[in-house]
Amino acid sequence: MSEAVNKNEVLRLENITMQFGGVVAINNLSLEVNQGEIVALIGPNGAGKTTAFNCITGVYEPTNGIVYFHGRPIVVNHPQGKMVKQYGGINGDMYKDRKLVVHTPDRITHMGIARTFQNIRLFKSQTAFDNVLIGTHLRKMSNMFTATFRLNAKEEKANREKTAQLLEIVGLADVANELATSLPYGKQRRLEIARALATDPTLLLLDEPAAGMNPQETDELGEFIVDIKNRFNLTVFMIEHHMNLVMDISDRIYVLDFGKQIAEGTPEEIQKNPVVIAAYLGVEEE
Amino acid sequence: MNLKRSKKPMIITLALVAAVYIAVFIAEQQLPATSMLFTVLKKGAVYALVAVSMNLLNGFTGIFSLGQAGFMLVGAYVYGIFTIPVVQRAAVYQYFDGGVIQFTVPIIVAVIMAGLAAAFFAFLIGLPVLRLKSDYLAIATLGFAEIIRAIFQWNGLGPVTNGSNMLRAFPNFNDFNIKDTQGNVTVYLSTLIPFIMAGVCILLIVLLINSSYGRALKAIRDDEVAAEAMGINLAHHKRLAFCVSSFFAGVGGAMLAMYQTTVQAKSFTSAMTYEILLIVVIGGIGSVTGSVFSSFLFVACSEWWLRFLDEQQTIGDFQVPLLRNGFRLVVFSIIIMIVVLFFRRGIMGDKELPDLLSRRAGKKGRAVK
Repeated sequence: MSEAVNKNEVLRLENITMQFGGVVAINNLSLEVNQGEIVALIGPNGAGKTTAFNCITGVYEPTNGIVYFHGRPIVVNHPQGKMVKQYGGINGDMYKDRKLVVHTPDRITHMGIARTFQNIRLFKSQTAFDNVLIGTHLRKMSNMFTATFRLNAKEEKANREKTAQLLEIVGLADVANELATSLPYGKQRRLEIARALATDPTLLLLDEPAAGMNPQETDELGEFIVDIKNRFNLTVFMIEHHMNLVMDISDRIYVLDFGKQIAEGTPEEIQKNPVVIAAYLGVEEE
Repeated sequence: MNLKRSKKPMIITLALVAAVYIAVFIAEQQLPATSMLFTVLKKGAVYALVAVSMNLLNGFTGIFSLGQAGFMLVGAYVYGIFTIPVVQRAAVYQYFDGGVIQFTVPIIVAVIMAGLAAAFFAFLIGLPVLRLKSDYLAIATLGFAEIIRAIFQWNGLGPVTNGSNMLRAFPNFNDFNIKDTQGNVTVYLSTLIPFIMAGVCILLIVLLINSSYGRALKAIRDDEVAAEAMGINLAHHKRLAFCVSSFFAGVGGAMLAMYQTTVQAKSFTSAMTYEILLIVVIGGIGSVTGSVFSSFLFVACSEWWLRFLDEQQTIGDFQVPLLRNGFRLVVFSIIIMIVVLFFRRGIMGDKELPDLLSRRAGKKGRAVK
C-alpha cells in the first residue's frame, strides 16, 4: 500500500477496527487529516468517537488497522490469539504480514500528537501554572541529576517563560497561581488546551472542547481554536457535539454511527446529507 | 502577574533550620551525653530521612510501597559489612572464619554504597512489581522486604552477612566525637553528624521534588492517564522514584546501623515499615516538613514521653491502675487511631513550612488592602 501519498497529510487512519471482546466499537474506520485543517468527528453518543481518539493516542491498541502520522506508521495491528476467531470486523487478513507497531501514549505525545480529555483531567493538586509547566517536561534535555542540582537553570527558565506565554495566550495569566480545580469550567478547558500546547504538538486532538459551555462561551472557543491553530501552525482534529461550533470552524467533517463512518464532507454537504440526518434524528417510519 | 514567589518565607525557613542545627550543637556540648534528648534526636533524624524517602514514593508519586524496612536492611548490612575493622572481623564472624571480606572502606563511601545497593535491589524488584497498582503493589513490596530479610539471615551467605548473627563493632555515631589523646571527648558531634547527614539527604529529596522530575512525579500521582498523555513515561518515572526512594532508605538504614551500633536482620520487620508509614501519615502525606516533624514527635513519644506509662506510678498513696509494662503501646495505638480518624490529613496536610509562612504573609497583605 502507499505510504504517504499526500505530502500534506498529517494523520491517516486505515481500516481501524477496535473490538472489545465481542463488541465492535469501531468498524473499519478510515480517515485522513491534512496539514492546517480543522477536521471534526461527530456522531451520536456511543458512536466510538472517543475510542477512535484513544486508538490514535495509544491508550488502546486497535484490533486491526494502521495509523499513519506524517506518513509514518505509529500503530499497526492485526487480530491475534483469541481475537483471530472472535474478530467481527472486516479486512482481518489485510495486515497479517505487517510488523506490529505499538507505542505507549507518552511516545506518541513525543511524536507530536497532543490531546485534551472529554472529562477534564487536570492535575488536581497543582496550580494552573504548574499544570502547563508539566507539559514542557517531555522536551527536557536534562536528566534527573542535572535537574536536582539545578544545572538546567537555563532550560528551566525557558520552560517557565514558555509556560507564562502560553497562559497569556489562552487568557489565564491572571489565574496562573490558582489551583487548577478551583477555576471555572470554561477556564479549565482552556487550561487543558494550554497544557497540550506545552508539549509542542503538530496535531491537536480535542475531545469535546465545548462540552458544558453556553452558546457565548462556545463561540469564543471557536475563535480561540482557529486562533491557536494559526498561531502554532497546528492541525486540529476534534470531537464535538455543538453543531454550531462544528459547522463554523471545521474544514471537513466525518460522521460516525455505531462505529462505522456514515458520511464525510464539508459542513454544507454534511448538513444536507440524509444519512446523517437520519442518524441524528431517526428515520420517519411510513 | 506575580509568578515569582516571595523569597521571604524560604529565608525564614532556612534561618529556622540553621537555628535548630546550632541549638543541637550547643545542647550537645552542654548537656550530659546520656540525656534521653540525644537518643530521640539521633533516632528522630534517622527516621526523618526514611520517612521523607517513603513520602517521596507514597506522597509524591502515588506509589503505595511497603518495602522500606527491606531497603533499610540492605543499607544497614552493606554499611556494616564494609566498615567493620579488619582486626575485629575474626570476633564478629566467629562462626564463619572471619568472613570473606577482609578490607574496609571509609564511612562516607560505605554510606553511599549502602544507598546504591538498596537502589539496585529496588531496580530489580521494581521490574516486576511496578506494573502493579495500589494494594497489590503494597503487598508485593511487603513480600519482597520479607524475602530480603530471610535471604540475609540465610547461613549460606554467612561469610558475607554473618547469617542470623549480629554485625557489630563498626563505626557508630559516638565515633564522630572528637577526642583528645587521653580519650576524653573535647567536641561532641555524635548528634550533629546524623543531623547533617539526614539534612543533606532530605535537601536532595526536596530539590528533586521541586525539579522538573518532581513535577512529573506529582503529575503521575494526580492523574496517570493525563500524565502519560503529556508525554511522561510512566514506567521510567516510577522506576526512578522507586530507586531514589530506596537509595535514601538504604542511607537511612546505614544511619540506623550507626545509631543501634549493631545490625541484625530480624529487627527489620514489617512493623518497622508500619512505624515509618505512620510517621508519614501523621505528618501529612505529601509534606516533607510534616514527615520530619512527626518523626521527631513519634520517636519522642515512643522512646521518652510515654515511657512513664510502662512503670508503676503512685500519686500520693494512690496507685494509678493499669500502668504496667506494655501499657505505653496501648496508649500509643489509641493516639494513632485518633489521629487517623479525626486528623486524616496529618499535621501538615500537603503543605510545607514555607507555604504556611507565606500564607500568613498573604493574609496580612490582604488585610492591609
